[in-house]
Amino acid sequence: MKSDQMFGLLAEFKHTGDLLNAAKLVNKAGYKKWDTYTPFPVHGMDDAMGLKPSILGRIVFGHGLAGFSLGASLTIWTSSVAYAMNISGKPFANLPSFVPVTFELTILLSAFGAVFGMFFLNNMPKHHNKLFNSERFKRATDDGLFIVIESDDDLFNESKTADLLREAGAIHIEPISA
Amino acid sequence: MSQTPAYVPEKPLVEGNHTFASITSLIGDISEQPAPKWWYIAFGISNLLLGLLLTMIGYLIWEGTGVWGITNPVGWGWAIINFVWWVGIGHAGTLISAILFLFRQGWRTAINRFAEAMTIFAVICALIFPGIHVGRIWLAYWMFPIPNGMNMWPNFNSPLLWDVFAVGTYFTVSLLFWYVGLVPDFATLRDRVKSSIGAKVYGFFALGWTGGNRQWQHYEKAYLLLAGLATPLVLSVHTIVSFDFAVSIIPGWHTTIFPPYFVAGAIFSGFAMVMTLMIIARKLYKLEDIMTINHIEKMNLIILVTGNMVGFAYIMEFFIAWYSGVTYEKAAFINRAMGPYAWAYWTMFLCNVISPQFFWSKKMRTSITASFILSIVVNIGMWFERFVITVTSLAQDFLPSSWGYYSPTWVDILTYVGTFGLFFTFFLLFLRFMPMVAMAEIKMVLPQADPHYHGHEKGGNS
Repeated sequence: MKSDQMFGLLAEFKHTGDLLNAAKLVNKAGYKKWDTYTPFPVHGMDDAMGLKPSILGRIVFGHGLAGFSLGASLTIWTSSVAYAMNISGKPFANLPSFVPVTFELTILLSAFGAVFGMFFLNNMPKHHNKLFNSERFKRATDDGLFIVIESDDDLFNESKTADLLREAGAIHIEPISA
Repeated sequence: MSQTPAYVPEKPLVEGNHTFASITSLIGDISEQPAPKWWYIAFGISNLLLGLLLTMIGYLIWEGTGVWGITNPVGWGWAIINFVWWVGIGHAGTLISAILFLFRQGWRTAINRFAEAMTIFAVICALIFPGIHVGRIWLAYWMFPIPNGMNMWPNFNSPLLWDVFAVGTYFTVSLLFWYVGLVPDFATLRDRVKSSIGAKVYGFFALGWTGGNRQWQHYEKAYLLLAGLATPLVLSVHTIVSFDFAVSIIPGWHTTIFPPYFVAGAIFSGFAMVMTLMIIARKLYKLEDIMTINHIEKMNLIILVTGNMVGFAYIMEFFIAWYSGVTYEKAAFINRAMGPYAWAYWTMFLCNVISPQFFWSKKMRTSITASFILSIVVNIGMWFERFVITVTSLAQDFLPSSWGYYSPTWVDILTYVGTFGLFFTFFLLFLRFMPMVAMAEIKMVLPQADPHYHGHEKGGNS
């Protein structure tokens, strides 16, 4: 049964250990559109949910390379082409002197990559989210440990999914309205 | 020698019987409940001092840098001293948030949030000084590589320009690091706060954070990468600040020991400042369960270690001056310790080298009063260190005929006092409206956050 009025099923768990085991069961059952919601990252949850490693590292590396190229080309081009000045007889492209600026720009762009890349991968900012229709879900940032399985999932069936979550050890199950 | 050493368990990071919910209310309530009376008094005083700072800056811009005590031969006075002092204080925040994170020091979670806030506000105070020291402040944009009608570009051989990039990057990255840490906590406040305006404002800054593990996964990766980026950054910043001095050829400045010596001094003074602020905050906000005596002791150990590194550098400078055989270098150091600024030198030595030695005693390390007093003494000492370095070398360089004696004017002094107004105005606003302890991270170090805590051994086979 797929309901248009329902965003998904919210299941609450008592302990992090219960949540971890439940996540393993939900992952094993083959669900794709679901997540665990916790006030802090739970150790071992990525494996339990079967998540692939984050690709953020590659994004940051790309930004770092861009920062390095920007720093190197800015310093070399301005000092030897755009505004070549003889400064105490040093070479125009005085590379050792350009290390600090190049280094700082590499770090700066890498940090932009890390922060904004993370926001991008996490769909942030997204201020309107159907999860927030649930009053109980507010506790996900306080002390609540939840699993939400979305009704868009191919395997979703209100009663069967609820049974799975109950067997997995949920202490409370409720639908989230769409 | 044949004894088996006893197993010493790690002290709990959070004292008292706290649950996730009690941590949320302990810290979240501070932002939600009306501010206590002392907060308004402190905020009022800070605002007055901030007004003083703005007045002094206005007077400086109107009259020119002649209102300061700087003149020949000492062209760098309190402005540079205050700049280096404030930047140095900022370094402890990054050390706590990045380096201790990479070393997996769980105790950092109690103090990292407000140490990072301290970093940002200290760097703002620092950045004011080079900004207003340029004299013609309306041309300050010349420091940046902006295409302009004169076809001019900055000189990338100059350490002062490196400083612009280093401190600018440092400020930006610290701000981003701080904000990333705050996002989950803003979401906590968004879901808790009673007023609808508060919920909207916190909600805006929380960026729609849900706490889903698919978010936490990227979040933790971003945090780790930022810590890895901030670590070389913080070491580079004070290295480059020391290049302002070391790349010149002034006796007493032209030394290779400056970068590590400046970094150690920065961490030393920064930890002292965190200690001062933490002792006040834990008392006023009743956070003794989170910021425990154990935290104070660990921070005092870092103060002791870095204090000794600084002391080693002071003595090493003298040895190298003698060993180099350079007449000017030797004279510069003899003048430091026995010349007209000997009073400043020995104040510095007493505050930075002698005073931390009290922390060899466990009783002193774990005493709140001793920690508070010594943390202030250390920061006085570190201010004098920058005074000694800047002023003694300039006042007496190569030619005795051009020697002079530097004294600050009332404008110098009131500008410095005013920066405390700026710092505390920001800091009090932070204490009032933002979660001053990283709630999500504290919850993570509670024993019940561990999936194996409630006897789920079967869950550990992944």
